[in-house]
Amino acid sequence: MPAKPASVAAPARRPERLDSPLYLTGAEFAADPAGALYWPEHRLLAVSDLHLEKGSSFAARGILLPPYDTAATLARLSRLISRYAPRVMVALGDNFHDGGGPARLADTDRAALKGLQRGRDWVWIAGNHDPEPAAGIGGRFVAALPVGAVTFRHLPSPKATGEIAGHLHPVARVARRGRSVSRRCFAVDGSRVVMPAFGAYAGGLNVRDRAFAELFTTLAFTAHMLGERRVYAVAGRHCLPD
Amino acid sequence: MPAEALLPERFARWFSARGWTPRAHQLELLARARDRRSVLLIAPTGGGKTLAGFLPTLVELSEQFSAMARARSGRRTGLHTLYISPLKALAVDIARNLETPVREMGLPIRIETRTGDTPASKRQRQRRDPPDILLTTPEQLALLLASADAPYLFGDLKRVVLDELHALVTSKRGDLLSLGLARLFRLAPGLTATGLSATVAEPDDLCRYLVPQTEGEARRADLVVADGGAEPHVTMMAPGEYLPWSGHTAAHAFPQIYELIKRHKMTLVFVNTRSQAEMIFNALWSLNDDTLPIALHHGSLDVAQRRKVEDAMTAGRLRAVVCTSSLDLGVDWGDIDLVVNVGAPKGSSRLLQRIGRANHRLDEPSRGILVPANRFEVLECSAAIAAVAENAQDTPPLRTGALDVLAQHVLGCACGEAFLADDLYREVKAAAPYAGLTRADFDATVDFVATGGYALKAYERFAKVRQTKDGRWRIAHPMVAQRYRMNVGTIVEADMLKVRLVRSRASGAGSTGPIARGGRLLGEVEEYFVEMMVPGDTFVFAGEILKFEAIVEDEVYVSRSTAKEPKVPTYEGGKFPLSTYLAARVRGILADPRQWQALPDPVREWLSIQQWRSVVPGVSDLLVETFPRADKHYLVCYPFEGRLAHQTLGMLLTRRLERARLKPLGFVANEYALAVWGFGDIAQRIRNGELSLSALFDADMLGDDLEAWLAESSLMKRTFRNCAIIAGLIEKRFPGEEKSRRQLTISTDLVYDVLRKHQGDHLLLRAARADAATGLLDIRRLSEMLSRIEGRIVHKSLDRVSPLAVPALLEIGREPVYGEAAEDVMAEAAGDLIKEAME
Repeated sequence: MPAKPASVAAPARRPERLDSPLYLTGAEFAADPAGALYWPEHRLLAVSDLHLEKGSSFAARGILLPPYDTAATLARLSRLISRYAPRVMVALGDNFHDGGGPARLADTDRAALKGLQRGRDWVWIAGNHDPEPAAGIGGRFVAALPVGAVTFRHLPSPKATGEIAGHLHPVARVARRGRSVSRRCFAVDGSRVVMPAFGAYAGGLNVRDRAFAELFTTLAFTAHMLGERRVYAVAGRHCLPD
Repeated sequence: MPAEALLPERFARWFSARGWTPRAHQLELLARARDRRSVLLIAPTGGGKTLAGFLPTLVELSEQFSAMARARSGRRTGLHTLYISPLKALAVDIARNLETPVREMGLPIRIETRTGDTPASKRQRQRRDPPDILLTTPEQLALLLASADAPYLFGDLKRVVLDELHALVTSKRGDLLSLGLARLFRLAPGLTATGLSATVAEPDDLCRYLVPQTEGEARRADLVVADGGAEPHVTMMAPGEYLPWSGHTAAHAFPQIYELIKRHKMTLVFVNTRSQAEMIFNALWSLNDDTLPIALHHGSLDVAQRRKVEDAMTAGRLRAVVCTSSLDLGVDWGDIDLVVNVGAPKGSSRLLQRIGRANHRLDEPSRGILVPANRFEVLECSAAIAAVAENAQDTPPLRTGALDVLAQHVLGCACGEAFLADDLYREVKAAAPYAGLTRADFDATVDFVATGGYALKAYERFAKVRQTKDGRWRIAHPMVAQRYRMNVGTIVEADMLKVRLVRSRASGAGSTGPIARGGRLLGEVEEYFVEMMVPGDTFVFAGEILKFEAIVEDEVYVSRSTAKEPKVPTYEGGKFPLSTYLAARVRGILADPRQWQALPDPVREWLSIQQWRSVVPGVSDLLVETFPRADKHYLVCYPFEGRLAHQTLGMLLTRRLERARLKPLGFVANEYALAVWGFGDIAQRIRNGELSLSALFDADMLGDDLEAWLAESSLMKRTFRNCAIIAGLIEKRFPGEEKSRRQLTISTDLVYDVLRKHQGDHLLLRAARADAATGLLDIRRLSEMLSRIEGRIVHKSLDRVSPLAVPALLEIGREPVYGEAAEDVMAEAAGDLIKEAME
């Protein structure tokens, strides 16, 4: 087991929920059941695939989904931010569902976002849905963010080590005694973490799907499934395909 | 005018040439048609119902043609009669049957069908140059109405005939049809409606359904009831030495059923679920030393396969068909002389209709034999036989029109001619299911169709329908109409996946690897059924035991299995819960020991021991028994309200027991009883006065507890999804591609969560709650039960399980057990990891 980092900045408030430790290249992270990753050493909080304004993106195509998804996603993010009070906030790409998303933000949501950004370094990482920087949403834009031995980037790459990525929206399914449960999860092996999607309207993809096979060539990965109050670490070989 | 005089010479000759005399109700319908009255005809199967429905049309058309011939004018008058059937196959069949009299009498009448299978060129021609009689389905009617030429097509319509009306009105399809009917009445001033129906509890409901309603006054069609023919002859199969305590297979009775098939010309074996049908079909074939032609028919089988069975039946090539409600409706399927109903009959009307299938000749009694699968079902069968003898009906009351269906209709209307909200509101209220629709709800529906109906007005620029300057609503873009047409209808196929037979791949493969593709299509199964399975699991389908291999996109890949017993038990409770009426009768039999004399010995003995050990519940009481067993404490109650209502009750009770820190672990529900168990000693708490059963069963559980449960209930999410699809929020099909739910880019579960939190009173949530009241959650029935038993709870604290409780407890392990929370499943799966790490 890697040694605990020497300097661990205490979070502003004690988490009322249990987060579970998760290790990557010797660093210890806390996987929060809300689907965020906290790195105490750097007071860094990361979420992935917010897909803000997905509702309005569908609406433009004639599918009038409830226009509350951005507010719902930001509200959940706000709870996390007040729990961990991070110095650095990383949004790991596909932050908006499409390039027009930032322009469609409702005034209240834009104000809420601004409030969340106050007093911290806010990093938008480029995603495939939103490869270009956008105006009017604060923060700074980068293609990828290296922090120590770890790189934050949207698209996972098979060769990378020490990578924290998103894009795939991992979901794990387990079954016991005739009941099966599917939940969003962190998919983790020694060299990478694939983060669960955080957005209210972001769907999921089974970790046993072909798309994961080139990242996790064997079943020697762990799915950290998101429960109500804690994260459950399930061995890859116990995860069922769809 | 005497009734016979209504029948023109040509028709009278045709009848006598066939050796028939017109039946009284057939002539009665002619008379009512002459008076331009709308009529509901209630007649048994085999009563010449269809001919009665069409005779006025044939007579009118033949008179019209004679007049035209006299006047030497060749002008056609457009569509005269529209016939609507719940089944596409039925419409096609009726058209074929109508051709005979038309041909034999030499009438120049054009009869055509219009279904999903009709080629586009023919459909276009039908709009331009309509036939005299068009036979179609409710969905096709909606499509025809949602076009600008509907006034042209239907302007001269004289008659609309609605077949199997008793079946149509019980679902959302009936809501959709009622709205279409209201529209037809407005487009065609000379229209009358004729409903054809089996016997129902409240004919009055259907009489109102058939004619436009006006404010403050219920208008009704005339009622004509045909002679019922001979009384049906229904008996219960005498149980052998062994009568099961629980289960639904009725395996003990298979040899007897086989003997019955051998002794009859043609037997229909009705069962309640697809999997039961599969099992009995397999069992009968394993007994089939005489290789009798016995076939299988259920809604999940491939359509071509079903048609083949139907044709063989009609041709008299079969000796028996094992079937589900897939054969509840339809034309005469040949010369059936026996109906066997395996398992609980569920309702008196349903049973009467099924037995009526063996009613080929009206003057001979139809024969039905009920086969109870367990002891409780013996009680239910006795109750049903008594109800049938009294011809007691228990069809449900007329629905209140659903708002999601209204939303679909409103969009359809906007696809046709632009409408004024005031006009459409008046028209919609003429449909009986929507007679009570408030203006506020109507306006909310229009708002939903236009921009989603959200309090946050974010989507004005994306509106699907808009108001023009003169205030009329019309679609904003032709694409909207195209998409409406692709998604019309209220039957949301329950996430069906195609089942394809492939060769088995080597076991122990890791991630989803290549698998042989493109095998034979066996039929379809519900997605939620497959979701329970792990590759390698075996189950019964299409008459064989199959091994689950994988899901690839929309298809379930299976291979043949050599297993003798399927691993996954596939009994899913029937779609139809025990009717309230039969339930009351069952309680009546239980409460009255004199009636036990008529019951088989094992059942009588069972009830007597119950009386001695515990108590037999009074007719309006709720018996609650508590007892310890192994290291757990049980609470079993007997509401007799059907499995769905019991499941809901179970969910709510476990919440309350949880709060009382009684540590409930799970529950199991069947049609009659609910058993809850846990670590806490419920009986002791009651003895100490710390827990009151009347508080536990108080109707206030339908308040906050229900709301909290609905938030996470997967049944509620499924209900919401259906509403979202019917209302057009989520489209199942897009132009140019057909997407299934598996490929839908947005999950309705996520939409449900967001909408519930941000706009709890949204139209779709209200529609879903209304469905939940009568549908998968049966909340209305639970609520009626809770008020019925108020002050009437009888508690028995026992030292061991009671005879009455045994069947429910035996179902643990066979039926899905609830209460093992999702968190536990994950915790256990995670535990495996720890074990693996530590060992």
